[in-house]
Amino acid sequence: MNWWQRLWRRKTMESQLEKEIRFHLDAHAAQLIAQGHSPEEAQRQARLALGGPEQVKEQCRDARGTRWLQDFLQDIRYAIRTLRKQPAFAVVALMTLALGTGVTTIMFTVVSGVLLKPLPYPHPDRLVAVHGHTDDWNAVFYGEQNVAYPDFLDCQREIHSLEMAGFLFDGGIVSAPGEPEYVNLREASSDLFSVLGVSLSQGRGFLPEEDRSGGTPVVILSYRFWQRRFPGDTHVIGQSLILDQKSYTVVGVAPENFRLDGEEGDVFTPLGQYTGAFLQMRRAHPIRVVGRLRPDVNLSKAQLELTVFARHLAEQFPDTNAGRSLVAAPLRADVSDVRSTLWLLLGAVTLVLLIACANVASLLLARAVSRERELAMRVALGAGRGRLVRQCLTESAVLGLSGGILGVLLASAGIRPFVAFWPGILPRAEEIHLDWRVLLFAAVISLLSGVFFGLAPALRAPSRDVERILRAGARSVSGGSRRLHSSFVVAEIALAVVLLVAAGMLGRTLLRLSSLDPGVNTRNVLVTRAALSAAVLANPAQIRAAWQDILDHARRVPGVLSVAAVDTIPLREGNNPLAYWTTPVAPPPQQQPFALATTVTPDYLQVMGIPLLRGRFFDDHDRLGNEPVIVIDEVMAQHAFGTQDPVGKRLWLPGTYSPFSAGKEAPDAVRVVGVVGHVRYWGLATDDQAQVRAQYYYPFAQVPDPLLHRWSELMSIAVRTGIPPLHTLGPLRQAVRGATGGASGDQALYEVHTMEQLASDSLSRQRFLLLLFGVFAASALLLACIGIYGVLAYLTNQRVPEIGLRMALGATAREVISLVLRQSLAMIFIGVGVGLFAALAAARLLQHLVDGMSPAEPSTFALMISILVGAALLASFLPARRASRIDPIAALRQD
Amino acid sequence: MPAKSELPQGTLDLLILKVVAIGPVHGYAIAQCLEQVSRGVVQVPQGSLYPALHRLENRGLLAADWKHTETGREAKFYQLTRKGRKQLETEAADWQRLIDAVGLILGMTEGGAQ
Repeated sequence: MNWWQRLWRRKTMESQLEKEIRFHLDAHAAQLIAQGHSPEEAQRQARLALGGPEQVKEQCRDARGTRWLQDFLQDIRYAIRTLRKQPAFAVVALMTLALGTGVTTIMFTVVSGVLLKPLPYPHPDRLVAVHGHTDDWNAVFYGEQNVAYPDFLDCQREIHSLEMAGFLFDGGIVSAPGEPEYVNLREASSDLFSVLGVSLSQGRGFLPEEDRSGGTPVVILSYRFWQRRFPGDTHVIGQSLILDQKSYTVVGVAPENFRLDGEEGDVFTPLGQYTGAFLQMRRAHPIRVVGRLRPDVNLSKAQLELTVFARHLAEQFPDTNAGRSLVAAPLRADVSDVRSTLWLLLGAVTLVLLIACANVASLLLARAVSRERELAMRVALGAGRGRLVRQCLTESAVLGLSGGILGVLLASAGIRPFVAFWPGILPRAEEIHLDWRVLLFAAVISLLSGVFFGLAPALRAPSRDVERILRAGARSVSGGSRRLHSSFVVAEIALAVVLLVAAGMLGRTLLRLSSLDPGVNTRNVLVTRAALSAAVLANPAQIRAAWQDILDHARRVPGVLSVAAVDTIPLREGNNPLAYWTTPVAPPPQQQPFALATTVTPDYLQVMGIPLLRGRFFDDHDRLGNEPVIVIDEVMAQHAFGTQDPVGKRLWLPGTYSPFSAGKEAPDAVRVVGVVGHVRYWGLATDDQAQVRAQYYYPFAQVPDPLLHRWSELMSIAVRTGIPPLHTLGPLRQAVRGATGGASGDQALYEVHTMEQLASDSLSRQRFLLLLFGVFAASALLLACIGIYGVLAYLTNQRVPEIGLRMALGATAREVISLVLRQSLAMIFIGVGVGLFAALAAARLLQHLVDGMSPAEPSTFALMISILVGAALLASFLPARRASRIDPIAALRQD
Repeated sequence: MPAKSELPQGTLDLLILKVVAIGPVHGYAIAQCLEQVSRGVVQVPQGSLYPALHRLENRGLLAADWKHTETGREAKFYQLTRKGRKQLETEAADWQRLIDAVGLILGMTEGGAQ
């Protein structure tokens, strides 16, 4: 018989045990009767010899080895029965736990989906990203760099440990079928899908012969683009698509949710067919490279091969490849933006969960103390201490698990709203699901919290002094129990202090940041990228004319006050840090200062409302052929010239990267013609700590012909309006389409923002954190107050006879109230003291993780702590007042 | 009647196995047998007999069957399993070695150093 059968045939086994013992007693008695004893005496002696049939049976049951399981099931039944008998306690405890585990589970679900899950490709651990690396300023500003296309082709051919594919981020205009639309274009090498291990949902990938210049123009659509542009059309393969005025044949559709670097993209074309001249240059590094380790190769072997090969390239092409190495790293999702926010929030909800646990623990403890006599009675009747501890723990585990189940239900309902509520784009949001990891996590935390809050009450199970407890009145509280109770309240208050101070700091920070001047007048400004028609992009003169025409058309739109073209917009993504120096001879590279370079048309200052401090801004004379001029901001004026007047001074820009010349050796000399106000380019929160804050502007009209094509792809237009800016968007689109090059129907506006929106978005993370921390802090405050109220109500209730006695001896109501309040004040102050230290550490962490965080000011601490103390005193006042109304006579009679 | 000694720890199982080795036997008979064979020198508490029987059955050293006694009542009869017989042999041998060793040491003390 195995233990399973023994367990399930318990009834049979019980009756057999009974029968066996009875047989023994009868046989013994029969023998004694035969020896001449009376039947009663024989029965008695047989029983004595055996030593108590019930004890023997109990020992036999123990010997069976299934005892623990039976007890466990019994304990669970008992626990459920006890909970059902006290519905108020059960509801409060379950709600608290459901809330705690619910929010923790939601945060963990997000953390798991975004940070912990591997990438959604087959065998993601075999995928690597290959980056270029140089030890110059590029590494400082851009970190890992992409790879030059010729280098990529050489690697693909020569590196044996990796199967490699490359792709390029680009954009284009799809003009047919349907309305012209700007699309996110990915030029991809033919083996991209096979390297990633992804099979297309329809059609095929690119063929090697299509992946070179002159190949058949073919296109692969993203799943979403297919659904949007060819709704329901299952015969999309073979249809044609007009992209940048060229006809492509659709050969495939990517699978649903396929992403490259976290972005879905719209259409894919073969990388080899890309016509941009920079693709053939080893100097330009536009290609992102992914690779899959071949079987039996590990990362370090692949790295070794890449290192050797990069050295070989450097010898062969010293001009472009000297000092350039290739680095392979495991392919990971880029979630650096949200990582710290997510861990911070997970930390915060863990504090909420801990408070919830402490709360339930104090409730359970109060119950355990009032059950002390029951437990003592059971010890007296023969229950083992371990058995009682186990039973108490089972009860709290049942409570914890039920709370956990409710919490998971809460999380499953709350996860989508939470993700939707996230400010901006949450990377990998599509991978956030309640999966087995989350369920496992929820099970573990609910069991752990069950044990955590159940342990203290369980360990109170009486071991000795049973007699004293049974003799003592029901209403005595030992010092140990009071200390334990207080320590839960202290813990809750300390945790609440941490959350309140964090919320207070965030609130202050947000107030300070919102009142900062971004440096531009954000009211009524619309900024949007504009894509020129592919028809004009081939010819620099046409490009210049096309931009001029777009600006002229836009200026005539009703409601528009002024218009400018600009490449990088403050507060939005995209920037261009370049070195400069103040003497004709360049200082060593490590000592070169940097500034953000922005190209603009003359009306930019007016559109953005940036104040001109000295000199002049650009005009129509600043064009190709005239002296190169720049306008610097006050920060750069300070850095470069100190107290001297910068107007009329010269600055030198590195020839290789200067926007005034294309890739020559000698530095460009440029003249400073004006100084303007500083713009918080990096956002309200981040600008003060940004690495490069200095800014200068240069005229778009002075950008040389060879750069014009690339620059055009980056340009935006900025529009100041006299009416709400979004109202002008429709007419603006029409105007752009009506301008030169728009006739072909493939000139479009995309990425439309208002400057107010960008300014507000630059604080969205802080606002979001403040809101969540505010909610957490409020729940912590509420829970801590409930905890204080519960514990004091309980402790006071236990002291009714004592208080009654005091009042009978002449204590006034006021004295009784202060007696109770003193007790709570002691707990509150210890809690605040402990919490202060924790809050200081949390403040340090917040400052480290959140941009623009103000340091922890004493006034913030003072404010948040007085809120807490006030609320806590209010919560203790109710039990105190109740105590003061005790009728002394009734109280003394009670026991 | 001489004072009864306490049963040394762990020997109860061995004694039970030895008694049961005679043939299928019920609990009361085992108790009687132990008392008679040990001539009242060793105190076998009846109360610990049944838990020991159940433990041995649980470990697979004993098998149990319900049969009728001579008086026609149903009783639980225990007998050795193959595993139980093996256990009995090793434990008996262990016990014999222990006795020999203890006897040797005691004899040595009496005879003085040789």
